[in-house]
Amino acid sequence: MKKDKCLCEPTEILIFPCSGGSNVGQIANDAAKKLTTQDVGKMYCLAGIGGHVSGLIESTKAAKRIIAIDGCPVHCTKKTLEHAGFKPDVHVVVTDLGIQKNYDFTMDVDEIKKVTDKVVEKLRK
Amino acid sequence: MKIEILGTGCPKCKATEKNVRKAVDELGIQAEIIKIDDLQEIVNRGVMMTPAVFIDGQAKVVGHIPSPNEIKKLLQKR
Repeated sequence: MKKDKCLCEPTEILIFPCSGGSNVGQIANDAAKKLTTQDVGKMYCLAGIGGHVSGLIESTKAAKRIIAIDGCPVHCTKKTLEHAGFKPDVHVVVTDLGIQKNYDFTMDVDEIKKVTDKVVEKLRK
Repeated sequence: MKIEILGTGCPKCKATEKNVRKAVDELGIQAEIIKIDDLQEIVNRGVMMTPAVFIDGQAKVVGHIPSPNEIKKLLQKR
């Protein structure tokens, strides 16, 4: 952790992936990591929202936009956010992009790029 | 009551501390006011943006300078 870093600049965009136990959950997770390293937004902790951890809830209230990346049509990310009172501004579902859900965790970089491209496209709209 | 002000020491954090002290004074309550400027500690609490104010261990304000009135309302709810 850099000592000279300040957290007082507003975080405009928070990214919540489902990070679930399947290939598409992990593609969502990798896409959120990629979008963070590309400075599109900042990946944040869906588990903290589900656990109603006050620091995470209040930080999410301060965000200008919320991105939810779900792996599959179960929509756990969107539902978890909604349960805590947040409505995602952008919602992307990995399986909607033609990627089939499986449990063998084989993924390739192109699949992650498909998701990051879709998030950026929806953000620009 | 314990009030913690989380921030790395920038003007926004200082303004938050000033407003917290003003709110506590105006309400005439007893409160322990603690400044937390260690970035690792701030991050460990799940705070993404500062300044932040925790009251008795719960985040109440994150990412903006609360006015004395906002802080008073939060303190009076307790």
